[in-house]
Amino acid sequence: MNSEQIMRLRGLIRKEALQILRDPSSIAIAFVMPVILLLIFGYGVSLDAKRVPLALVCENPNRETASFTAAFFQSRYFVPVRFTTVQQAEEAMRARQVDGIVWLRSDFSRQMLSEGNAPIGLLVNGVDANNARIIEGYLQQVWALWLAKFDAEQGLPLRIPVQVDARVWFNPSVTSTYFLVPGLIAVIMTLIGALLTAMVVAREWERGTMEALLVTPASIHEIILSKLIPYFVLGMGGMGLSVAMAVWLFGVPLRGSLLVLLVSSSAFLLCALGMGLLISVISKNQFVAGQIAIIVTFLPAFILSGFVFDIRSMPAVIRLITHIVAARYFVSILQTLFLAGNVWQVVLPNILALVIMAGIFLGLARRASHKSLE
Amino acid sequence: MLHQVFALVVKELLAILKDVKSRMVLIGPPIIQLVVFGYAATYDLNRVPFAVYNEDLSQPSRDLVARFTEAPAFQEVAVIHSDLEVAPLIDERKALMVLHIDQRFSRDLLRGIPGHVQLIMDGRNSNTALLVLGYANTIVTDFNTWWAANHGGIKPPAILDIRARFNENLESQWFIVPGIVALLTQVVTLLVTALSVAREREAGTFDQLLVTPMRPIDILLGKSIPGLLVGSIEATFIIAAGVLWFRVPLRGGFVPLYLGLFLFLMSLIGIGLMVSSLSVTQQQALLGTFLFMVPSIILSGFATPIANMPPLIQDITYLNPMRYFLVVVRGVFLEGASTRSLTTQYWPMLIIGLATLTAAGWLFRRRLY
Repeated sequence: MNSEQIMRLRGLIRKEALQILRDPSSIAIAFVMPVILLLIFGYGVSLDAKRVPLALVCENPNRETASFTAAFFQSRYFVPVRFTTVQQAEEAMRARQVDGIVWLRSDFSRQMLSEGNAPIGLLVNGVDANNARIIEGYLQQVWALWLAKFDAEQGLPLRIPVQVDARVWFNPSVTSTYFLVPGLIAVIMTLIGALLTAMVVAREWERGTMEALLVTPASIHEIILSKLIPYFVLGMGGMGLSVAMAVWLFGVPLRGSLLVLLVSSSAFLLCALGMGLLISVISKNQFVAGQIAIIVTFLPAFILSGFVFDIRSMPAVIRLITHIVAARYFVSILQTLFLAGNVWQVVLPNILALVIMAGIFLGLARRASHKSLE
Repeated sequence: MLHQVFALVVKELLAILKDVKSRMVLIGPPIIQLVVFGYAATYDLNRVPFAVYNEDLSQPSRDLVARFTEAPAFQEVAVIHSDLEVAPLIDERKALMVLHIDQRFSRDLLRGIPGHVQLIMDGRNSNTALLVLGYANTIVTDFNTWWAANHGGIKPPAILDIRARFNENLESQWFIVPGIVALLTQVVTLLVTALSVAREREAGTFDQLLVTPMRPIDILLGKSIPGLLVGSIEATFIIAAGVLWFRVPLRGGFVPLYLGLFLFLMSLIGIGLMVSSLSVTQQQALLGTFLFMVPSIILSGFATPIANMPPLIQDITYLNPMRYFLVVVRGVFLEGASTRSLTTQYWPMLIIGLATLTAAGWLFRRRLY
């Protein structure tokens, strides 16, 4: 780069920076949006079912049924409500007042004391399948605890032949916030990176100022660089803010190194900015650019990145598609860096993928802008 | 009067549909998203990679391990022989779970002391970890029942008989696909309406519209009907695909479903037009749409239950029309809910719709630049 090019680039960056400073919407996108979104999502998104409303139906209340239902009143997962008939309880489930029904039939205690294996009827509202599975898991825990207590009271040896000791690494308390917040940062940064460039550049095309820029002696490279550098700085600021909130507000442990985080965030941000640039160059119209930005950035980052839905559970074709979603690599890096630490075998291939994708997006954006000059 | 409104509707539809790119944006992506998300958004467990670390090479431990390897949700990826091999497998995400059986397992089991099985899980995705743990517990419970029955154990006094209602096999797709009806309808309808006034403001043609003999209510109607049309066609298409392609049962009637859809669209159009009349440029309108749409999707109960949110956030969700429509659409699809039982979901959407449409109509006149 000779001194003339550097001078031109500096001039262009200065123009871009002035534009950012004078139009508060870019600063709002970079700094206000991550704060608001992270606050809402961090507090709002949780997969930990707590205080599940549960209907208890004892057709023939007595000592045995009382010992079983007491287990639910002691559990911190459930808020039990008594009903006298199963019909009433089902009515409540239809009205979404309870998520499940525990049904002890009239011959429960007789069967329990004579033959054993007395069936405890459990009905779970399966509409939300994930929540239903989690509730089933809690119900099994309550049952196992009750069984152990029952045996101890009867002076019987423990009847559970095999016991499970589970150790959940990286997140021993299985708090979903620790898993969701790092992923949210990736979703939010995808949105911000793409919006920053897509909207701003599309507006220049619409107003015709982009063409005015193209006829100056500045080369395509310089124009693209001058768009990237200021928004990169803005985006990294937003990223820093998000990480600070994750650590200090939500208490997510950051076990990996800050340097690795910085490098991977830069690679990801270049990717997101490149995507935004490409969208705006192709669409050249704010309506279309905005639509595409939402459709190809936010929704895939939300659903195809592994942020909530585990990629390994998806069908093979969809798993293949996730490879073109940049957020996928970043979610994996962030979840690992925050919770597990610097695991190079996970971090390095993902950073490499991000760098390649950034190169592809920027290269395509560059080629597309070149054509429009002709 | 009526033909003036009609003319405005035609003009609006032309503004959206005459451009090839914006027409594509309305048709292509929703179809792709429906298919991709319908398959991708799943909480079901498939091929969970796990490693076996069995220090007790006896028959009972092999029986237990076999129950894991044969389960369709699990896939054995490694057999390891030392503690040192555990960490790399989990850290590098090669295995999600390590099943560790120690040397004393069968000795304890045969003596009547509980044998211990250690499960080491990757907690980076805590939801998957919880589900895998639940699944592993079921396998061990089955093993326990079988062992007790064959080794003279006493039967437990009571056993669990768990059944799920409405979604008997707990398929994620049955939960997600109806959710996508709400999700994509919201995205498309909001974008169509939010930009309609802002586009004219930016071009200066909105002032011209205001000086025509049309009353604000006519302009409001003319701006609303295109959104209503586009939104209902979009929703109908997704509902049809949900039933015919994804085979999600539609147990309720069309009346409760479309009444809900109409009210949902009305509230979305109100919000879209309000955002649109508050903004001077298209960029502001898009930003406003984003600022409403993203939280409204996350806080709707689409992917994570509202019941898990803190009380303050739960109160905020009452302002979110998608929250109500999700209950309607899932209720009608899976529970066969009736119009009467969904009344509590209808009226909040009606109120949101009326309030935002009134505000939008009022703002048309006030924000004259």
